[in-house]
Amino acid sequence: MSDKHIDEVSGVPTTGHEWDGIRELDNPMPRWWVWTFYITIVWALLYAIAYPAWPLLTGSTKGLLGYSSRGEVRKELAEADMAKGGYMTAIKEKSIDDILADEQLRTVAVAAGSAAFKLNCVQCHGSGAEGSKGFPNLNDDDWLWGGTADQIQQTVAHGIRFTQDGETRDSVMPPFTDVLNGDQISQVSTFVASLSVPVENASLIEPGKAVFAENCAACHGDNAKGNKEMGAPDLTDAIWLYGPGEEAIAAQIRTPHVGVMPAWDARLGETTVKELAAFVHSLGGGEK
Amino acid sequence: MQNQEVTRLDAIASNSAANRKPLYARRKKIFPKRASGAFRQFKWIVMAITLGIYYLVPWIRWDRGPFAPDQAVLIDLSSRRFYFFFIEIWPQEFIYVAGLLVMAGIGLFLLTSTVGRAWCGYACPQTVWVDLFLVIERYFEGDRNARMKLDAAPWSFTKLRIRAVKHATWLVVAVLTGGAWIFYFADAPTLAKDLLAGNAIPTAYATVAILTATTYVFGGLMREQVCTYMCPWPRIQAAMLDETSLTVTYNDWRGEPRARHVKKAIASGTSVGDCVDCNACVAVCPMGIDIRDGQQLECITCALCIDACDDVMGRLGKEQGLISYSTLNDYNANMAVATRSGASAITPELVRNTDGTFSDKLAHFNIRKLLRLRTFIYFGAWSAVGVSIAFALATRDRLELNVLHDRNPQFVRLSDGTIRNGYTVKVLNMVPQPRKVVLQLDNQLPGATMTVAGDEGMSLVSTEVALEPDRLKTLKVFIKADPKQLSAGANAFSFVVTDTTTGERAEYTATFNSPENLQ
Repeated sequence: MSDKHIDEVSGVPTTGHEWDGIRELDNPMPRWWVWTFYITIVWALLYAIAYPAWPLLTGSTKGLLGYSSRGEVRKELAEADMAKGGYMTAIKEKSIDDILADEQLRTVAVAAGSAAFKLNCVQCHGSGAEGSKGFPNLNDDDWLWGGTADQIQQTVAHGIRFTQDGETRDSVMPPFTDVLNGDQISQVSTFVASLSVPVENASLIEPGKAVFAENCAACHGDNAKGNKEMGAPDLTDAIWLYGPGEEAIAAQIRTPHVGVMPAWDARLGETTVKELAAFVHSLGGGEK
Repeated sequence: MQNQEVTRLDAIASNSAANRKPLYARRKKIFPKRASGAFRQFKWIVMAITLGIYYLVPWIRWDRGPFAPDQAVLIDLSSRRFYFFFIEIWPQEFIYVAGLLVMAGIGLFLLTSTVGRAWCGYACPQTVWVDLFLVIERYFEGDRNARMKLDAAPWSFTKLRIRAVKHATWLVVAVLTGGAWIFYFADAPTLAKDLLAGNAIPTAYATVAILTATTYVFGGLMREQVCTYMCPWPRIQAAMLDETSLTVTYNDWRGEPRARHVKKAIASGTSVGDCVDCNACVAVCPMGIDIRDGQQLECITCALCIDACDDVMGRLGKEQGLISYSTLNDYNANMAVATRSGASAITPELVRNTDGTFSDKLAHFNIRKLLRLRTFIYFGAWSAVGVSIAFALATRDRLELNVLHDRNPQFVRLSDGTIRNGYTVKVLNMVPQPRKVVLQLDNQLPGATMTVAGDEGMSLVSTEVALEPDRLKTLKVFIKADPKQLSAGANAFSFVVTDTTTGERAEYTATFNSPENLQ
């Protein structure tokens, strides 16, 4: 194609090709474009030497800089671990009371516990740890098994009535349908309800008190204040796990519900359990 | 078939292929001659002041006590504080800076509507640095003619040496300019040492490098092209001018017809104006324009042509002000005198009396012409914003309180039947001194007590909190109240903090939530 053709209008040579009478002008590329193009070529060559680039049968060339994206991730993760390292070691080694006494460490533990709580605990206790019927509210100051930090840690670590764990907290309220007749059950539930709220049928209180002393006081105490050693709830306060009122109390005497909480020690490890205990303790009801 | 005569039109396509010029034109180099005179003097002073402020302000010290930096002007990005002499601004107070920007905007309107593009001509960094770079260029290469000669000369060792020294000096100025910028963002003496020792953060070096490049390229290489092609201000400022704004004007009503050989022209009986066509105004122009063409977009109103022309007029024994600051109104009025309201060409005899003095019919600029509704409105708005900022600054709080109410759960019923709500309380100590404040509740929640996390078991009515200087203190606070004293749903009350020594006080209205079925 040595057909040298000059375009009449612009005076610029054409490429020599013709399509239906249309010819393409052979203007030179702008200089800045050409130079940028050359620089990209040089850049690409240097890049291919410095970074992993050429595919081989079982991988690729490594590049002079030894860069790899997996290596970068490993480095960043290691840095993140380093940054947290001091706190995590301290939480692991210190007792829960020592952690709570150190303001900085407590802040870290509570934040970590909050994250762990959202993953593992909200399913039963609710996203605000507010609980629901049968699942205790962890914000309040009523604790079935004790509300000091180490008691909470013990509960989280080994669970409640969780048979796979040897150290689990265990006690069961028996059903009283075989022991008490219907009248006695309504008497004792009226008595129990009267300990915290006024009741309608006050005549049932006295006989109920007798039934209570004979059948219930062994676990719930003579004053019905409960016993944290065996998870027997305080019956004089305003908090009812299975609902307030005589009807709910009577139902719980006839066929008691007993909840189960799994042990978390084996699953989450001691550090996370401590963080969870610190978080639950910080919700406002924690005891000294 | 009938042959009809076709009329041939005498038309040429303006954009015909033969006439069309390329849209891109090579820059023609400009070699401004050194001017001298009143305006040049004024520009030297403005240049000294603006450059002095820029380079020296970061080095001014200001004692704020042991808990705050002692740099008078400091934008501390890492701790998010802005210090300006006795003023300290937190990020949420950025509105003051926004106010300053509003003032700068309105101030520019005010300035432009009165004295035209004075910003462009005197105070714009581009103008100031180009002036500085021109001083350096003149020092090494000489004035206009010498520079033109050098530019046209073939490359030689001498030319190479002169050019190299000039560019090297420009680069030094550029580095110092870029370097000065970062001193506003860190303690200047420390940063200067770190910079020189190579210990400063990479961002510092990158910023210096970028600003060095922009200073060198804009001030040394691109110069007037920045104003003409890159900057939006010429367009915006030009739109803000009106008939009573002062602009640099060539008074062709007294200058035309211009004549190079005045005596010969007078001898031949033609009347001539004052302009002797010496081109002094063209030679000094840093924008490369001829002011005698009238108002132009490129003109930054630096007034150097006024200096140049006044000098020539003085030497010729004529009145100064052939090129002058004047308003379009005055110019039009004088043009009407000189041209019999457009009925004739400019006639020099019409503007002068027979004894050679100017006619009484001519309009002269008077400072009172600047006082008009538009400038009053601008000045009013400008000072209103200024006074508001000053008042707000003088009366602003240096102790603040923010409260976040726990939302989940909204409230907790405790074993004794009382209701508890949780709050995250943030107390802002906005002065660089430690202080002690008392946090308490107002009396809208009768009998309520609070417990501060970390201090459980203590039911308090008020608690003393130690605040670190210039820091925010976060407290987790639980409030307990008797349901008998509450109404169902939301109960409004306030947290109050009071400085134990100064009595400074901040209040935050919060709500205490209780169940809808209160018993």
